Amino acid sequence: MNRLGSLALGVWSALAYGLLYAPVVVTVLFSFNAPRGRFNLVWQGFTLENWRHPLRDAALTEAFFTSLGLAVAAALLAVLLGGLMALALGRARVRGSRSIELLLALPLTNPEIVLATALLNLFVGIDLPRGPLTLLLSHSLFCLSYAALILKARLAGFDPTLELAAQDLGAPPLAAFRRVTLPLLAPGILAATLLCFSLSFDDYVVSSFTAGEIVTLPLYLAGAFQREISPQIQVLSTLVLLVSAALLVLATPSRQSRS
Amino acid sequence: MLPLLALVPLSLSEPLSRFGLDTVFNGRIANYLEVLQTYGPILVRSFGFAAIATALGLVLAYPLAFAIRFRGGRWQPLLIGLVVLPSLTSYLVRAIAWTSLLGDNGPVLALVEALGLTGVLDGLGVLRDGRLLNTAAAVILGLTNNLLPFLVLPLVVAMERIDPRLLEAANDLHAGPLRSFVQVVWPLSLPGLGAGILLSLIPAAGDVVNPLFLGGPNERMIANTIDNLLLVQLQAPRAAALTLVLMALITLAVLLQLRGRGIEELPLP
Repeated sequence: MNRLGSLALGVWSALAYGLLYAPVVVTVLFSFNAPRGRFNLVWQGFTLENWRHPLRDAALTEAFFTSLGLAVAAALLAVLLGGLMALALGRARVRGSRSIELLLALPLTNPEIVLATALLNLFVGIDLPRGPLTLLLSHSLFCLSYAALILKARLAGFDPTLELAAQDLGAPPLAAFRRVTLPLLAPGILAATLLCFSLSFDDYVVSSFTAGEIVTLPLYLAGAFQREISPQIQVLSTLVLLVSAALLVLATPSRQSRS
Repeated sequence: MLPLLALVPLSLSEPLSRFGLDTVFNGRIANYLEVLQTYGPILVRSFGFAAIATALGLVLAYPLAFAIRFRGGRWQPLLIGLVVLPSLTSYLVRAIAWTSLLGDNGPVLALVEALGLTGVLDGLGVLRDGRLLNTAAAVILGLTNNLLPFLVLPLVVAMERIDPRLLEAANDLHAGPLRSFVQVVWPLSLPGLGAGILLSLIPAAGDVVNPLFLGGPNERMIANTIDNLLLVQLQAPRAAALTLVLMALITLAVLLQLRGRGIEELPLP
């Protein structure tokens, strides 16, 4: 390609990154804004005040920690169940496992609203009052498909005879699993846990149907459009972004070594 | 899976009263005709918005994926990470940021005004009475921002599978850069293109947040309608019928895309 072409490609790519980052940059910028009134949406002036009191908005802070706890619990539950499903699908030759796989993929290919409607209907049908339990169940459920598919892919990537070799060398099945299978699965487990965590932490649609009185962070943010957009929203979002960026950098070398 | 199946009998029922979600099954197929008649235009609008956003996204995503794969060099992992990073900011927080950017006192409208484009964009229907919030354009912009990574990643994955020796061979056979793009890169990137379109179109068509916070009452999409039917109007059977119509349309699209191949054969990230 000639130089002009390369230049055009570079400019166009910068434009694409620009569209991706416009709302992110605005969010970081507005964490340093000194808003007038209840809505931190118009730039007034620079201040460090918001960063000195990141937890000043009590309702926001509570919602933030609710989501944090929920995301950890849902991710662990989903990875545990998803791991068992992946072992069953990948190891034991279950009949119809191909159909089960397609069924697993179905929640991934449908918008969240489909699962949300279905779950609300289920909980109403079995008279389960909406609250912490229904919230945890529904979050684990939409994470489950992702966890099972990631772990199954990881499991398919290594040689099953390794386990047999361990057993031949006298390791009981449980020890073989713990010393051989589990370490090999570890990167997949980590990836699945992080993905499930971020899916649960960000979920708005399913939560709005199944949370009852519980206020998660996304539910709080949705309400904020009418109530109050405090600068602490942007401060906490910037902090989350920094942590995500750090995790992403940590995850990148393993990406390289794989390919 | 079970909850999804349970929607079928619900979609053929009738509400017991106007004040609860309890229903009675009576095989009421008319629910489907009614929702198709009443909400057909919203269904069309949802897929229309999603299609426009996906098309806009592709115009940006394809060259970006190409640049990352063939010009990225050792920066490739970083460039891919930078595509993923914005998705880790909640889409609600991003909607709040768009409200600042597109608001009446925001920088985008100021720029449009400075360029003297207000009249033109108003005439094109991009602005409504000189405003950008609560318009279809705002919703589509929000959707495009959300779906961009889902277009870029499968494209990069598909392009990574292209053997560089093929391009060398094309070069040896005196194919110019344009010809080797048209005859080598483009056909081999098609699986990524298909997967990307699917991964973008579906969540966009079923999106709740962008139409709700960036659009006005005339930009509500299908998921907002289901939400409203179920939680406000307490019309669970109609909500279920509409959900199943949406699911059927999407499953059809997925099956057409897969055409008998396994889900793991798609170049998913």
